[in-house]
Amino acid sequence: MRAPKWLEIERRPVASGRTVFIVSVSAILAALLVAAIFFAAYGVSPIYAYHLILRGALGNMHGFSETIRRMIPLLLCGVGLTIAFRALFWNIGAEGQILMGAIGASGVALFSGLPGPLLLPAMFIAGFLAGAAWGLIPAALKAKLGLNDVITTLMLNYVAMYIVLWLVHGPWKGASMRGYAYTDIFPSAAQLPLIGSTSIHWPTLLLGFIAAVVMYILVNRTRSGFEIRVVGENPEASRFAGISQLKTTLLVMFLSGGLAGFAGVGEVAGIYHRLLDPGQISMGYGYTAIIVAWLARRNPLAVIVTSFFFGILMAGGDVIKIQLRLPFQLINVFNGLIMFFLIGSELLMHYKISVRRR
Amino acid sequence: MASNGVNLTVRKGEIHCLLGENGAGKTTLMRILYGLYQPDEGEIILNGSPIRIPSPRAALSHHIGMVHQHFRLVPTLSVAENIVLGLDEGTGPFLNYRQTRKKISKIADEYGLEVDPQAKVWQLTVGQQQRVEILKALYREADILIMDEPTSVLTPQEVDQLFSTLRTLVDDGLTIIFITHKLDEVMEISDRVTVLRKGKAIATVVTAETNKAQLAELMVGREVVFRLEKNEVKRGEKILVVDDLHALNDRGLPALRGASFDLYGGEILGVAGVSGNGQRELAEVLTGLRHATQGRVTLEGKDMRNRSAREIADAGVAHVPTERKTMGTVPNMTIRENLILKSYRQRPFSRGMFLDNKASEENARRSMSEYEIMAPSIDTAVKVLSGGNIQRVVLARELSGNPRLIIAAHPTYGLDVGATEQVRQILLRQRGRGAGILLISEDLEEIMTMSDRILVLFQGQVMGVIDAEGAQIEKIGLMMAGTKEEET
Repeated sequence: MRAPKWLEIERRPVASGRTVFIVSVSAILAALLVAAIFFAAYGVSPIYAYHLILRGALGNMHGFSETIRRMIPLLLCGVGLTIAFRALFWNIGAEGQILMGAIGASGVALFSGLPGPLLLPAMFIAGFLAGAAWGLIPAALKAKLGLNDVITTLMLNYVAMYIVLWLVHGPWKGASMRGYAYTDIFPSAAQLPLIGSTSIHWPTLLLGFIAAVVMYILVNRTRSGFEIRVVGENPEASRFAGISQLKTTLLVMFLSGGLAGFAGVGEVAGIYHRLLDPGQISMGYGYTAIIVAWLARRNPLAVIVTSFFFGILMAGGDVIKIQLRLPFQLINVFNGLIMFFLIGSELLMHYKISVRRR
Repeated sequence: MASNGVNLTVRKGEIHCLLGENGAGKTTLMRILYGLYQPDEGEIILNGSPIRIPSPRAALSHHIGMVHQHFRLVPTLSVAENIVLGLDEGTGPFLNYRQTRKKISKIADEYGLEVDPQAKVWQLTVGQQQRVEILKALYREADILIMDEPTSVLTPQEVDQLFSTLRTLVDDGLTIIFITHKLDEVMEISDRVTVLRKGKAIATVVTAETNKAQLAELMVGREVVFRLEKNEVKRGEKILVVDDLHALNDRGLPALRGASFDLYGGEILGVAGVSGNGQRELAEVLTGLRHATQGRVTLEGKDMRNRSAREIADAGVAHVPTERKTMGTVPNMTIRENLILKSYRQRPFSRGMFLDNKASEENARRSMSEYEIMAPSIDTAVKVLSGGNIQRVVLARELSGNPRLIIAAHPTYGLDVGATEQVRQILLRQRGRGAGILLISEDLEEIMTMSDRILVLFQGQVMGVIDAEGAQIEKIGLMMAGTKEEET
């Protein structure tokens, strides 16, 4: 295709940080612009709607608490996904890994009989390991048999979902819950502390910040991180350099699945205090985290910002539902549009486009 | 700017060579003529009238045809199908193959371009595939044929055959523009030659009135030394013994079929052969990237067959791979990081699980000055470097540990004259140091000037090993075509 005469298009091999930032923000703005059409179609002024979303998500303590509550699982999953994506492992399975983490934590909370102070740490460890194990399955399948990671991780989400359903309807169904598909309530030693009257379970939030920093250091400063980047940037070169793709793939999915597992622990131990319907535990955090990680350009530290942004969007979804009586799903339209424009803008980052002046 | 104010006049019925180094703008210029790129300024005049060529289809309608360096053929289709691909022929949606085949055979007979129209393209040799490309252009009634480095993939015998075809075509009134960077070919085939340098046409001369030295000077803008200064190096110990080596290619077919040879310290053993005769697989087996199915590989007395790439590298084997961008480097990573691609786990680059940035920085500064790597900084991504600089990065890394054995595959492929000379000097220095070098190259001139001994591979077998001193190119050519040394 040829460019019109008045446009100058030049390839640039390396996009600067500033370019990446401008392009990313433009993608978000473009998504907001297109989403505005949907609000208008519902007869709501888009400007009014965005104003409400922002005010609802940040304007008062309750909204802010909701934003942070949503940010926590997005942060943990998003950080994990940046690591997997760095090694070019397309982990679409954070959703299932969250659920497995929730199962691991619930099992420990309900049945381990550990003394109080040990209970929460044990739940986090169990949750991490359960999520990691769920992540290692597709990793091994890809590295050993060459199975497509997108498909296996995605399909395992459904398997995890049905395991949770089976547990809450069957063996783990709570004695005190009569007709409901819940487990019993966790003992209070297995419930995470909150900040004041908010629903912010701060230990998980703290864990998310620590994870972002640790993963940033891992990727950029360590031997394993070097291997992850080489495998992701050029698998042929990693073979040439004698870097084991099997080990690297297993490592990134151990971490990625484990961090998603943490997110699952946070949800059951911090919010619901029991294992319950999978759709309630996660609400699609694992999928939204893909966009979070991508918007962060696979940089774990940047996930802190992008997960906060998507926390606003998700908390804003409640506002849309309650105040405007519009479907919550509009938020998914946002997510889809942002992903759409982000991927579309990938190409833009590699070209410098300017108006020709004569 | 790949082409900058170029004037080129080609006369009807001549073979006109476009000579220039890689990156001189030859291919860009021809792509403009073939409608693949659009010129920003200037005009194209054909038979006295200015024309516009917005697309290859337009080029064809002006009877301009092109044979690309990398063929544009569909391997699973037959010759005839490839030739009519994209043409609007026959009735409705149907093709009239009988008529097509007849027409192809007629053209083929006329110009000595023998090829079976019903054969599938993947079954053909490279030389035959090139004939299909030429047929494609002739079938479209091209009067002007652009050939982009057509000899780079051929054996000497196939080159001879191509040249005689080209002469027949010219006798018949066609005009041929022949792109090359090989001086010998220019002298042999062309009527006139235009030398390009840095996107500019430097001069157009009549071939009969010039010589190689003058052309070379025009081409690089300075005098080039043609003979490499090669010191006498005493042959050292036997470093590598390969015995009855077998391996499969990517498609699972035998690629090496019982290759055996020795390599000594302080010598360069050149591996000649038409591409696809097991060179690639040989390099990969020796560096641990491909599994050998049978045979022995012994490095300084130790069995090294089917060891991992890491073990082999740690045993002192350096590898300069063919694909310097897809295999030899990680283009998105920095020079500093690429320089430690193999040694990142060792001291001083690693301390425990952390990488030492100071050490890698020091290493990068040293390598960049020692190997004259031109880049804005050590943290420049390798992908923005020129081919020559990328190859210097690869060499700096691979030669850093003073390896005993160096497997160099096409080390100067695609490099300009200056970089080529430098790479060759670097390899000769390694030879002087006592390293054994296996030099795989399709450039026969390179093999003949660099090597102490020359090994010829044909269909995965060693046709023979001859001394480079006084080796005859005809003999090597015969061996490349499958004749054993003793039969030549």
